[in-house]
Amino acid sequence: MKIKQISVFLENKKGRLYEALKTIADRGINIRALSIADTSEFGILRMIVPQPEEAKKVLEEAGFTTKITNVVAVGIKDEPGGLAGVLKHLYDADINVEYIYAFVEKSGEKAVVVLRTNNLDKTIDLLQEKGVSLLSWEEIKEL
Amino acid sequence: MEVNFWDPKIETLPQQDLKALQLEKLKKVVTLVYERVPHYRKKFEKAKVKPEDIKSLEDVVRLPFTTKEDLFVDYPYGLLAVPLEEVVRLHTSSGTTGKPKALFFTKKDIDDQAELIARNLVMTGTTRGDVLQNSMTYGLFTGALVMHYGAEKLGVLVIPAGPGNTERQIELMKTFGTTCFHMTPSYALYVASVILNKGLDPRRDLRIKRAYLGAEPYTEETRKKIEDLLGIDVYNCYGLSEMGGPGVGFECVYKEGLHIWEDAFLVEIINPETGEPVKEGEIGELVLTSLNREGMPLIRYRTRDLTFFFTEPCACGRTHRRISRILGRADDMFIVRGVNIFPQQIEAVLMGIKGVAENYQIVLENYDEMIVRVEIDREFFDGRIERLLKLKEEIVEKLREAILVKPKVELLEPGTLPVSEGKAKRVIDKRTL
Repeated sequence: MKIKQISVFLENKKGRLYEALKTIADRGINIRALSIADTSEFGILRMIVPQPEEAKKVLEEAGFTTKITNVVAVGIKDEPGGLAGVLKHLYDADINVEYIYAFVEKSGEKAVVVLRTNNLDKTIDLLQEKGVSLLSWEEIKEL
Repeated sequence: MEVNFWDPKIETLPQQDLKALQLEKLKKVVTLVYERVPHYRKKFEKAKVKPEDIKSLEDVVRLPFTTKEDLFVDYPYGLLAVPLEEVVRLHTSSGTTGKPKALFFTKKDIDDQAELIARNLVMTGTTRGDVLQNSMTYGLFTGALVMHYGAEKLGVLVIPAGPGNTERQIELMKTFGTTCFHMTPSYALYVASVILNKGLDPRRDLRIKRAYLGAEPYTEETRKKIEDLLGIDVYNCYGLSEMGGPGVGFECVYKEGLHIWEDAFLVEIINPETGEPVKEGEIGELVLTSLNREGMPLIRYRTRDLTFFFTEPCACGRTHRRISRILGRADDMFIVRGVNIFPQQIEAVLMGIKGVAENYQIVLENYDEMIVRVEIDREFFDGRIERLLKLKEEIVEKLREAILVKPKVELLEPGTLPVSEGKAKRVIDKRTL
């Protein structure tokens, strides 16, 4: 149930984000989800793409520093309190969320959220036990 | 590890005895220049110091420094401490501008320096029966001749190859079974690449065991590279014509710093700005007094070379202190918020931190703001922001500890900064006053 996410280190330099996005766009790679964490001097671009290995390769060829890490994608009912319910389970189990960002989802029934925690295996076991729907890699690629 | 000595008694003389010997020699040389060299007498008088004021080694700080400029006063013979007829050799050192520095040696001076070279060669395992290919420039430059005399004194077969003509260098190595060579590091890298390009296997087709590389600063990485390419040991040697040429500082088999023969030189490391001695282990400018030289002794000569003392005794058993390889020139120093800083101090801190790549840059901005720009190591990046923030914090803290100024640190993508080539422009001073 782990999903591959690609992270890109970006120094705070004009046009750097554009260059990263253009590099993968030129290879015909479509972005499913994206988030940017930033500090005053540098940022980290995080993306879910259907071809993470290929994206890593072209980005590194273009001189970027990248890393593929595992995250989980959670399907949540599109209604108030949907995400809070999931987070409550993690909180009760003493699992820390490192970061979280939302997905673009076309069907509109569910919201999809990308989660990275300090213990991914435990998170997967816990959420499955609680009946929270986790998206598989195949499902992500279909989105 | 096998440790050999040329003169075990003097090489392992306890520091206390070595110091006593230095004091005795220092008094002698100071008296000599005061009595024989008008320029030194003037300098001493100006500094209000007389030879009899030197009662302990610590008193050396009362003596005025000798700088490059002093060598051009009463040029060329004015600093001779002996009559011209006792001088048997001239060497010059290329100044960057104008006249070359002129250095003179008596017969005894040449023999003394050869003695130091003999110690150095034996220290690294060279013995009679070795074949030394001397590929430094023969002539006005001290590099080749001083090594030549030292090697002959030891009883090594010397091939006076001189530099250049790489094909012939390699032919000599093959034909005469060269076991050691003496070269500049940049030429050694070139020769190594030609050897390999010719399809020779240096480990099988040549008999080279070790190389003495000096006359220009180089890094540990360059040493390792040459060692790996040729399958040999590379020893760093340091010298300057003003102090008699090569053989002033030399590595032993442990390759951890260069021993300076303290029975021949009084060694100080000072803050180039204030002239005060630095704390042991701190980087500063190397200052040398020749203790044996009779033709043209130099007192507290400012080498402008940056180094530091190793504080631990060496595993080889020699008591003569070690300095680090030359880290740069005193002229590289800059001042931020009243503190003297060398780029080398910053480099040393950065190289000790995991997650940092080789390249860095120091930018100085108005109001004495110091920004250290550091490329991160590709492997270090794991996608987490905390890891980078922690790295940044670690760099700031360790730099602050080392240089007493809190810098701003910027983390950069690898490959952002211009690639360093020996004397890369590390410091960009944008301050306007």
